[in-house]
Amino acid sequence: MSEYILEMKSITKLFPGVRALDDVNLKVKKGSIHALVGENGAGKSTLMNVLSGIYPYGTYSGDIIYDGEVCKFSKIRDSEAKGIVIIHQELALIPYMSIGENMFLGNEQGKSYSIDWNKTYAEADRHLRTVGLTESSRTLIRDIGVGKQQLVEIAKALAKNAKLLILDEPTSSLNESDSKALLDLLLRFKKEGMTSIIISHKLNEVSYVADDITVIRDGHTIETLTKGVDDLSEDRIIRGMVGRELADRFPKRKNVQIGDTMMEVKNWTVHHPQYREKKVVDNVSFKVRRGEVVGISGLMGAGRTELAMSIFGHSYGSGISGQLYLDGKEVKLHTIREAIDHGLAYVTEDRKGNGLILSNPIRINTTLANMKGVSSRGVIDQDKEYAVADDYRQKMRTKCTGVEQKVGNLSGGNQQKVLLAKWMFTDPDVLILDEPTRGIDVGAKYEIYTIINQLVSEGKSVIMISSELPEVLGMSDRIYVMNEGRMVGEFNQADATQEGIMACILRSCNNEKGAVTHD
Amino acid sequence: MTKNKILPAVQKYTMILILILVAAFFAWQTDGKILLPQNITNIISQNAYVFVLATGMLLCILTGGNIDLSVGSVVCFVGAVGAIFLDKGMGWIPAVLLMLVVGLVIGAWQAFWIAFVRVPPFIVTLSGMFVFRGLSNVVLDGKTMSVTNETFVKVFGGGADCYIPDFLGGGEGTNLLALVVGAIVAILYVVMTLSKRATRVKKGYSVDSLTKTLGTMIIIVAVIGFFTLKLSQHKGIPTALIWVAVVILVYAYITSKTTIGRYFYAIGGNEKAAKLSGVNTNRVYFIAYTNMGLLSALAGILTIARMTSAQPTYGQNYEMDAIGSCFIGGASAYGGVGTVPGVIVGALLMGVINIGMSIMGIDQNYQKVVKGLVLLAAVIFDVVSKREKS
Repeated sequence: MSEYILEMKSITKLFPGVRALDDVNLKVKKGSIHALVGENGAGKSTLMNVLSGIYPYGTYSGDIIYDGEVCKFSKIRDSEAKGIVIIHQELALIPYMSIGENMFLGNEQGKSYSIDWNKTYAEADRHLRTVGLTESSRTLIRDIGVGKQQLVEIAKALAKNAKLLILDEPTSSLNESDSKALLDLLLRFKKEGMTSIIISHKLNEVSYVADDITVIRDGHTIETLTKGVDDLSEDRIIRGMVGRELADRFPKRKNVQIGDTMMEVKNWTVHHPQYREKKVVDNVSFKVRRGEVVGISGLMGAGRTELAMSIFGHSYGSGISGQLYLDGKEVKLHTIREAIDHGLAYVTEDRKGNGLILSNPIRINTTLANMKGVSSRGVIDQDKEYAVADDYRQKMRTKCTGVEQKVGNLSGGNQQKVLLAKWMFTDPDVLILDEPTRGIDVGAKYEIYTIINQLVSEGKSVIMISSELPEVLGMSDRIYVMNEGRMVGEFNQADATQEGIMACILRSCNNEKGAVTHD
Repeated sequence: MTKNKILPAVQKYTMILILILVAAFFAWQTDGKILLPQNITNIISQNAYVFVLATGMLLCILTGGNIDLSVGSVVCFVGAVGAIFLDKGMGWIPAVLLMLVVGLVIGAWQAFWIAFVRVPPFIVTLSGMFVFRGLSNVVLDGKTMSVTNETFVKVFGGGADCYIPDFLGGGEGTNLLALVVGAIVAILYVVMTLSKRATRVKKGYSVDSLTKTLGTMIIIVAVIGFFTLKLSQHKGIPTALIWVAVVILVYAYITSKTTIGRYFYAIGGNEKAAKLSGVNTNRVYFIAYTNMGLLSALAGILTIARMTSAQPTYGQNYEMDAIGSCFIGGASAYGGVGTVPGVIVGALLMGVINIGMSIMGIDQNYQKVVKGLVLLAAVIFDVVSKREKS
């Protein structure tokens, strides 16, 4: 028996006009955690899709040797039968079904004409305990958070008798503590003999769990680094991914004058849109000056997005109270249109769901929030519109075939640039960027940071909501920390550290518990 | 020219090619009868209501595949109200205005529930379908009411003499006015296309190759020429064509050149993104369905003029003709995709199939079977061709 559970030999996969994978080799040791890293579009997901049979045998060339035999999967069921289970980046759970129903979807227990629900829920509960969830498997998916949903996905994989678990960006929508829990779970599985392949952009997590790291760039395997043999530091991995040293992951800001207060929020309180008695944002006050980048840090679910959207023309929440001052004057913004007209811009965290019209070209997406800028009396000047979109394409260095290309066909980083261009074209004074670099590769992140620097040098104010601490620390002049709907801390750039911010969040959690016992 | 260049061009003009093929098929099967001047005129006059309704339906479908099931009943009800007032001696202009207002009010009523209360359009318009069918019966008392106002009938394309008088004085079988109008339209089209291309070249934007532009131009001018020649050989320009042309031009302009038109597509493409970009989505839904009421009223006017009467059974299945034309003409069942010219081609295709089969003497029931299968085939083609592209 070989020490490798999986060998993929000279895999080549062609798409029309593109060599997505070119002679890629991957060897995964039994009982190890193997990380696949690479920039967006490098071919990581394509490789995993070849492995799991989404691209059936015959559409690629090369061999897959799993557990000592050559495999020719023609569909996902084939690979799952062998114990290869893939968990995709976008969770594939049905919100209105229970955890148990979701876990055994397509794998129903009992007979096809009579599902054995007792067995289903008993089995489901057993697997839930394994992944450390205490919920009943009869709970509906929509009633648990994203972090727990990710764990349910893993439990679902266990229910399929997974021997090789593939996780595509498992922590991209998780906060730091949920991510840590998930990674620790993988480490525990490893001790029990499970093999995992993890695809991730978060290099600190990769160095934390991985035994081997394979770097893929432009459809080629560049190198495989092994723990204990090679240097697994983030800088070393980044060098492999981009083929160069990133001297500085955050571009320097030069000569930016920080001016007067541009926007100030006082005693801002927002209630949940459905459960109106629940406070999502609780008495929050903060301000941002001209030419300043203010970071808002916090765990997922801290109420940061809700705060931003409620300020942005009451686009979230109910029972909103508090004062909003722009340039010293109090304003009341009840619609998104009013917010835009007052110089606010909110760049959503969910660019595919809330930000862009994927089926439309770059040109139409660029002008959507400021149609007035390219029309007169309701009639669009299409030549001007084209010129505007093309201008932003050049400024942002968006990689595309032209502004008539559909946004859905762009990579994540380029989509983010189009989304930013759309809001820059509204000529805002204050830009609220919600997770502006989520799910985009290192090179594109750097370009986004450069654009942010450009914006503040023009005297605009930027509020950056981010769950990545290094990014908040590297980019912000000032940092606010939010937790459970409240502002729990404020740091200047000079005094801020990752440890300081995390400690601030944890202390506020403890205070909360303390307060409850006092009551 | 490589295969890569031909394929998208073919895909873009697929429906036009299919329309030509289908017309050729019927020309062969009917020994050319379908191309007789009278039949060409009939395709326009008989289907005027389809063109009008399909244009309005497109706006609803663009917002996210939402359809309006009530249009057939609204056509009937508005027609009934108009016929009653015309019968009481109301002048034709006030009667027309009254009918348009009734349509607008009905549209606004349904649009209010859809846009501001967010009742699904399917439910609201299903309700409207029952309500206005029932009300038509009530106001007409279940009977037929004939329309005797001659001017009204003539202006809206009914009766034997519903053509624009040939004041240029052509003889029998050569209507000069039709030819002149055709020539003017063709020249306008050529001049506008060339000048638009010239400005784009001057500003340095990408343009199609000159051969391609000229090729399309020749085809379109040939179609205009053929069409007006046929019209002139019959009795000239049917008055219904004027109304259809106005609706097509106005809505083609709105959907392609105005901000409100852009918002229909944006909402269909991604409603949340449109909303977060400051688009008042409720208002757009309201406009789509109110407008549908207005165009249903126009279709009602054209219907009672053509039939010179109002009956409680008029307008049945009109909604299906309109919806079918949209989907055959390339509108997406998920919203966000579709054009007015496309929908018109879809409606023409349905019209040609109808009249072709009638001339061939095919049983009414089989005609329905064929129409149903054509609709399915068109949407299958749409879905499959999109899948291959991605």
